[in-house]
Amino acid sequence: MADFETPELKEYSVIPALERDTMKGTQPFIAKPDHQASLGFPGELVDNWKDVALDKMGDLLSRYRSFQVYLDSCVKCGACTDKCHYFLGTSDPKNMPVARQDLLRSVYRRYFTFAGKWFPKLVGARDMDKEVLDEWYSYFHQCSQCRRCSVFCPYGIDTAEISMAAREIMDAVGVGQKYCNEIIGKVFKVGNNLGLPEKALKDTLLDLEEEILDDTGVPVKLPLDVKGADILLVTPSADFFAEPHIDGLIGYAKVFHEAGVSWTLSSHASEAGNFGMFIGSYENMQNIAVRIREAALDLGVKRLVHGECGHAWRVAYSFWNTLAGPFDFLDQNYPIPQHICEFTWDLIQQDKLKFDKSENDHMTLTFHDSCNVARATRMGDKPGGQFDIPRNVIKAVCNNYVDMEESTIKEATFCCGGGGGLLTDDLMEVRVKGALPRMEALNDVVEEHGVTNMAAICAICKSQFTKVLPYYKMPMDMIVSVHQLVSEAIILTGADDGSDEQETSSESED
Amino acid sequence: MTILSGVYIFLFYAAMAIFLLGLANRIRIYARTPAPLKIVTTPAPVTQAGVVMRMTREVVLFESLFKSSKWTWIFGWIFHLSLLLAFFRHLRYVISPDFFLWPLVNNLVVQSFGLYAGFGIAIGLAGLFARRILVDRVRYISNPSDYLMLILIFAIAMTGLGMTYVAPTDIVSLKMFILGLFYFDWQPLPDDLMLLAHLTLVLVLMIIFPISKLLHAPGVFFSPTRNQVDNAREKRHLAPWAAKLDATRSGSGSQQNG
Ligand code: SF4
Ligand code: SF4
Repeated sequence: MADFETPELKEYSVIPALERDTMKGTQPFIAKPDHQASLGFPGELVDNWKDVALDKMGDLLSRYRSFQVYLDSCVKCGACTDKCHYFLGTSDPKNMPVARQDLLRSVYRRYFTFAGKWFPKLVGARDMDKEVLDEWYSYFHQCSQCRRCSVFCPYGIDTAEISMAAREIMDAVGVGQKYCNEIIGKVFKVGNNLGLPEKALKDTLLDLEEEILDDTGVPVKLPLDVKGADILLVTPSADFFAEPHIDGLIGYAKVFHEAGVSWTLSSHASEAGNFGMFIGSYENMQNIAVRIREAALDLGVKRLVHGECGHAWRVAYSFWNTLAGPFDFLDQNYPIPQHICEFTWDLIQQDKLKFDKSENDHMTLTFHDSCNVARATRMGDKPGGQFDIPRNVIKAVCNNYVDMEESTIKEATFCCGGGGGLLTDDLMEVRVKGALPRMEALNDVVEEHGVTNMAAICAICKSQFTKVLPYYKMPMDMIVSVHQLVSEAIILTGADDGSDEQETSSESED
Repeated sequence: MTILSGVYIFLFYAAMAIFLLGLANRIRIYARTPAPLKIVTTPAPVTQAGVVMRMTREVVLFESLFKSSKWTWIFGWIFHLSLLLAFFRHLRYVISPDFFLWPLVNNLVVQSFGLYAGFGIAIGLAGLFARRILVDRVRYISNPSDYLMLILIFAIAMTGLGMTYVAPTDIVSLKMFILGLFYFDWQPLPDDLMLLAHLTLVLVLMIIFPISKLLHAPGVFFSPTRNQVDNAREKRHLAPWAAKLDATRSGSGSQQNG
């Protein structure tokens, strides 16, 4: 099915010996001129691209402290070299975080530092040329901006910041990535990453309502564009059609129903995802984020609740207030925004939800901490709530739960391999190989503890695992949404107890 | 006054100026450059006091390095701790007993352990050097300057140890030379080869400090993933250039009063 070999799963993950250039030519498709245009980037490589690139680098150096400080501070201690899943899966040394940074740092040193200007060989500085640009395009699209390296660096150097800057420079000279830029264009045009128009969205939601009614006999609603609702739910558009995402969406709806709150989705902001972050573009990220503010104002809601998505939760939690705030028109008694797991966990603690945990007894669960949730956000009041709250929710609705190996979860979690704008078929090899460390940890708990399913709270993780699990000879439906588990176990008031299938259909209204 | 002393007096002032001005300029750039977004690596402290604690653990114990590589941590930590001790021990060549900082120098820790600091530096550096050569990943990311830096500091430690244990230099005249620099009352420098080598290397180190990876020293304090408070939802974070964009952005509601 592919022209590369899936790595072998080992019992203990080993740090591979270096194999130079194994991923050298691997690149995603380049954005077409019209993808570029709608984001305000030149359509193709501009003539004086070198000057433009260096100007852009200078501009970013003056605008981002992270970029400036991280380019200066690395001591090449090597502590990060074995921390990136793409290195572990490909053995290509340029996928070691510091080596990835050096692809850009070498150019920074050449043009922006004394040592690099006068003694380039000594400090590994090099001229910006076509080959360098090409190398950037390869390796800065083999970084999922997962920030695992940043946890382990003594100075907190975050390669994701360097990748974002590199992508922004590449966009500025006209070499954008098709996948990300095309998607951002769709958000601006249609309102979501999938280009799902309002009409289709409406139909999907109606179908889901029907399905839930058939299943449970309870008229759980999935409202769209309801003015004056209390809560606006912002969720990744994959939740509207992809498996297992959609089962999670059903879960949110059931929780809202049982909580007795009024809520709505918005067709204007039918997308939580924000690929502006992946390409490092503050302006694009802001334009996307502002839609949420507009929708909230327009619908007159009091609260913002956020669905299961990793990078989107990062943008929402860490950036919304900056990009689209202040949210002083919302109810200040609730976190702005609030994660759906926080929402559900609050209700569980107040004893407002009833579960039949045995509904999930056919599964033994483990939980995949999504990188952006784990290392760039929080849930609840305490640091680390982003680890505890989803696990608490799972344990409240399931009897069988096992964690994966400690060094592969929580703040040290391994990326699914498809984050950071890499979730595209033209990068399949990178995705499969990058998933290796997570697959190894998963395989261990499958073999040792009989784990059958892995839950996640990220749309990208869910899609990536669905695609990648089969390469490692595991079933694609192993991956489940956390709120899918909630959905299975939740006891809806007025529902049939399930033992009596006949009554269900007689009660349904159609 | 010999020509040699004159040359060294000049070099001292020059190196000091390059070091201080260069470093100040770098710090000014770091401080002036905004961090427009909250990018703290979580889990992170939710209060400013917590951030101070986190930074202290990072700087004193090398917390993150401890998580990632025990070998690099142990050698790196021994090296930096010894460097600190050596620095304090050297202060006695610079300040006089009636100066208020004297107790910093004249205490048991500095005077006893400080004596061995040179060995600590050498051991730490040797370990780091070995790692750089032996681990293929670290070798791959090393530039000539990375090896030279280790060699430079190693040589400083060795010449220093040489004066402590093999060929003591004329400490009294040295101290007079140095105090003379401070009071612009120049005194001759003892022309002892080991001492001249030691001082020359230190001057080189001072000169390259602001243009090399030694900038990690101020850099760590400016690292947004470490020095930010995890309070993005509670407190709006806005950098000046971002605020300008903010004012012109589409859809900024009437609630926007800035
Ligand atoms: S851990 Fe940090 S300082 Fe060390 S090599 Fe990696 S990026 Fe550089
Ligand atoms: S951010 Fe993640 S993907 Fe990128 S270099 Fe670091 S560990 Fe690798």
